[in-house]
Amino acid sequence: MEKTLRDTIKEITKKHLKKFKSMVFGQNLTGVGWVDNTLPKLYEKDGIIELPMADVADGGIVTGAGLMGKRPFYIIRYQGYNWFNMIFIVNYACKTKEIWKKPCPIFIRGIALEGNIGPVSGSSQISIFYKMPNIKIFSPMSSNEYKFVYKKFLNSDDVFYVSEHRKSFSNKLNLKNSLPKNPDIVLMPISVTRFEAEEVKNYFDKKKIKVGIMHLWKLKPFNLSNKDYKYLKKSKYGVLMTDNDFKDGLMSILASKIQTRSRISKFFFMGLKDKTAGHHTNVDNIPPTASEIISKINQIIKNN
Amino acid sequence: MKSFRLNVLNRASISRIFDERVYDLIEKKIIKFPVYLSAGQEYVACTIAEICNMKRIKPMLFGQHRGHSIYLGFSGNVKDLINEMLGKKNGCTYGMGGSLSIHSEKINMFGHDGFMGSNAPIAVGACLASKKPTIVFLGDAAVEEDYVLSSISWIAKKQLPILFVIEDNNFAVLTSKDERRDWKINNVAKSFNIESADVNDNPLNIYKSLKNYKFKKPFLINVRTNRLYWHSGAGKDRKNVFDRLEDEKRKLGRKALEIYLKNNLKINNLWKKLLEIQ
Repeated sequence: MEKTLRDTIKEITKKHLKKFKSMVFGQNLTGVGWVDNTLPKLYEKDGIIELPMADVADGGIVTGAGLMGKRPFYIIRYQGYNWFNMIFIVNYACKTKEIWKKPCPIFIRGIALEGNIGPVSGSSQISIFYKMPNIKIFSPMSSNEYKFVYKKFLNSDDVFYVSEHRKSFSNKLNLKNSLPKNPDIVLMPISVTRFEAEEVKNYFDKKKIKVGIMHLWKLKPFNLSNKDYKYLKKSKYGVLMTDNDFKDGLMSILASKIQTRSRISKFFFMGLKDKTAGHHTNVDNIPPTASEIISKINQIIKNN
Repeated sequence: MKSFRLNVLNRASISRIFDERVYDLIEKKIIKFPVYLSAGQEYVACTIAEICNMKRIKPMLFGQHRGHSIYLGFSGNVKDLINEMLGKKNGCTYGMGGSLSIHSEKINMFGHDGFMGSNAPIAVGACLASKKPTIVFLGDAAVEEDYVLSSISWIAKKQLPILFVIEDNNFAVLTSKDERRDWKINNVAKSFNIESADVNDNPLNIYKSLKNYKFKKPFLINVRTNRLYWHSGAGKDRKNVFDRLEDEKRKLGRKALEIYLKNNLKINNLWKKLLEIQ
């Protein structure tokens, strides 16, 4: 039986604390839920450090621990809090190796979620610091991907930002690319929209419309192979990128990188609506659902 | 205490002579990047360095932009700092730090990124992770940063072996403390249950405040001092500023003058030699 991503994260964290006498920093860690049960039930003596409710300072405190070679984990419980928490990470921790030849490796777990969470806390918030040098960004949604990222972190002395999503924690499946020959359309989903993409593909399979899925989770550095580019070019109706961020965020950055290289003219996006979410279900702003993506694809096919 | 004062003067004079030379090179446009001279307030770092030396403690040092006196006060290599000012790879910060971001593995000094007061939470994290004696140097403006205040709060909670030193020259660039706030940082520290002191930069006053401090818990000292020159670059924005180094030189007499002249010769020769190589 495959483990859930939740159990994998918990296991990795426990081993990391023990093996490296490391530290896990964050706010409200040992409170209700233990970070959606992704954190082993350990305390300060074991390296789990409850930070003060001072988001900006907290990023600095973790940076200091990173500077001491502790390889700390830093849990940012809502990615919207990146706006405060990432200041010293991107401006200090990510620069120490280049300026002072002093690496500051940190494993950051930024957790995204949507739904009834209001204008600030929800969605993915990677694009605000994507441009900054010396940060590696991944968005693993399965156990295998998470293990890959952690292993890479152990062999690196860089800052890693791991963009998680609460809806992925129960996942036991391995999400693999699905690349049928001569696709009608190729989906490039990011984060939680990867699960929707699988549903979309199943729907169109029944209708004999060939949907390719190229999962995007190794976000920075962002590299597609020549084979990938060739495949994208073969898509009859183009590429549809989906994410739990606004269109002008990460999707635009990645699409620009892809288009610069491949000159694919038919590029479509589905992310959060260009509006501010409220605190009620009626005024939410959530990522595209499978049925919305299906409608979009039908529309793309119809218009072409 | 005369030998203590002479030792402090030795450290402070190295810093002052270094800064005077830099001042001159800025005026001559040989140094063209932003420089933050310590001149006038070097007695803060230099006195604390001498106290640490007496206690045989080699703390981790987290300064910010005005760091010449921290580096030189804590016996950083003068030649390495000159090379740094000249942008050379064999500078103490590999030619990357200039004046603002002095870093030195040799003396456990960690570089600064340019965000005022960012060194406070970073030092707190480093201290928590290593449990090593740690000193944070901040200005009177930096302590107004919210993340500095919350860092001070947390060192009390965690009882970390960390000394917060506030080099209080009264100015944020040229905006005085009176115009910015109505509180004193040592009172804030007290309210967080941290032992604290507020003194001027007379080395004996600093010594009295810290003589029993053993880096077993947090302590905050606000030291009132004077910046002789502009916030950045070479120039004066005020006249008749009290100069602790000159005052001590006068009070300590001939021996102090000898120390000063010896350092003056040594450092200026070093500058001359390294400028010629350049």
